[in-house]
Amino acid sequence: MSNSKPTGPLWVNAEITYKCPLHCVFCYNPLDYTSTYDSELSTQEWINAFRQARKLGAVQLGISGGEPLVRKDVEELVSEASKMGYYVNLITSGIGLTEERIAAFKEGGLDQIQLSFQDSTKELNDFLSSTKTFELKQKVAKLIKKYDYPMVLNVVLHRQNIDHIEQILEMAEAMEADHVELANSQYYAWALKNREYLMPSREQLERAEAVTNRFRERLGSKMKLYFVVPDYYADRPKACMNGWGSVFLNLAPDGLALPCHEARMLPGLEFPNVRDHDVEWIWNDSPAFNAYRGDSWMKEPCKSCDEKGKDFGGCRCQAYMLTGDATNADPVCAKSTHHGLITQEVEKAQNTVVCADEVKPLLFYRDDKNSRKLGNIPS
Amino acid sequence: MSLAKNKAISLHRQFKFQWEPAQEKYVLLYPEGLVKLDESAGHILKRVNGKNSVEDIIKDLEQAFPGADLRQDVIVFLEHAHEKGWIDVE
Repeated sequence: MSNSKPTGPLWVNAEITYKCPLHCVFCYNPLDYTSTYDSELSTQEWINAFRQARKLGAVQLGISGGEPLVRKDVEELVSEASKMGYYVNLITSGIGLTEERIAAFKEGGLDQIQLSFQDSTKELNDFLSSTKTFELKQKVAKLIKKYDYPMVLNVVLHRQNIDHIEQILEMAEAMEADHVELANSQYYAWALKNREYLMPSREQLERAEAVTNRFRERLGSKMKLYFVVPDYYADRPKACMNGWGSVFLNLAPDGLALPCHEARMLPGLEFPNVRDHDVEWIWNDSPAFNAYRGDSWMKEPCKSCDEKGKDFGGCRCQAYMLTGDATNADPVCAKSTHHGLITQEVEKAQNTVVCADEVKPLLFYRDDKNSRKLGNIPS
Repeated sequence: MSLAKNKAISLHRQFKFQWEPAQEKYVLLYPEGLVKLDESAGHILKRVNGKNSVEDIIKDLEQAFPGADLRQDVIVFLEHAHEKGWIDVE
């Protein structure tokens, strides 16, 4: 830990609820997300937390979930946050986004809507042909355009849908999307449980990138495309969250303050709650936010690595999940003695792709029943 | 890219320009990011309001900072801003 006062967070991600009508197998919400159902922050508690973070210098606010629109107070949260001077982003599946609500968001100063696109339903292989999904997204896309928002689509790619990239992009084009992020799922939480069914093969990735490039060439800046490969295919770790406690503050539905979406599962850290502490203390002084800040926590190979200022040793959560110790280098790093854990999974992913029908019963769906079972939470 | 000098310019709708007390800087906010602006960039963007043209902004700045030769700097910055997509020409 460095002795100088850290600079404040720039980005606050408010996961206002983990409730969600979808059951995405790649969800990054914690496995025991149902444990927050009875302890969600009230409207006023959210507003207080936003104000405290804003005072520290936070400028970007993401309102996400779960599906944030499950809550009825999103309109109020948006307009209060906008008044405070935040750039307010709503991250939604579009389910529940009626014209009445979008008009209220516009009025309240919402700056951007990110529409996520998921094949979350249990009818996995019906995903693209599912008129229900298509019609809903078309309807929401029209509303987003009507209210003069840029159309930002987030598409999660994985082994079961990546071969449909052409249809996905055609659909995005039909919706007149301005930005499309085609990000492969990252293997945390529910996605880790389903990793072997989600990780694409090298061949699938190459084909998908080639298709993406074709669209890019044809559409130019009309529709900007971002393609993100799974970090398992890299040998340098990602600069996760741009460093622990560096710019990103995640607030979970129950008020838990976290340096990233996943940190809740790290052992040995007591994460502070905005119900008990001021955001300023949480960010500057709490032991949890200082635990992996800077580089004094590092051991080899990170400690003497000349890239430690660039990637911060990768992801603490990934290091913990795969090696059992959060102070290890992220095993994606080729310098990690655990790198074999990554390459071994990548090798497994080169097997023939079995059809979605066969995979369907093997997948572990994000739903309340599974969550309660994993968290030993009585229903 | 040469920028029309007599047409009104406005901030692109995806960007928000504001003073940040915590950073003591003008910033430009956009989806998932921010640009911290130096003082002169702040003075220029403050005058981008959908009515002023490049010439109007230069004139206004020359009045605010008499004696300063800022014409070229303003043009270079606004052309850069235009290339970055921060501003639109009406």
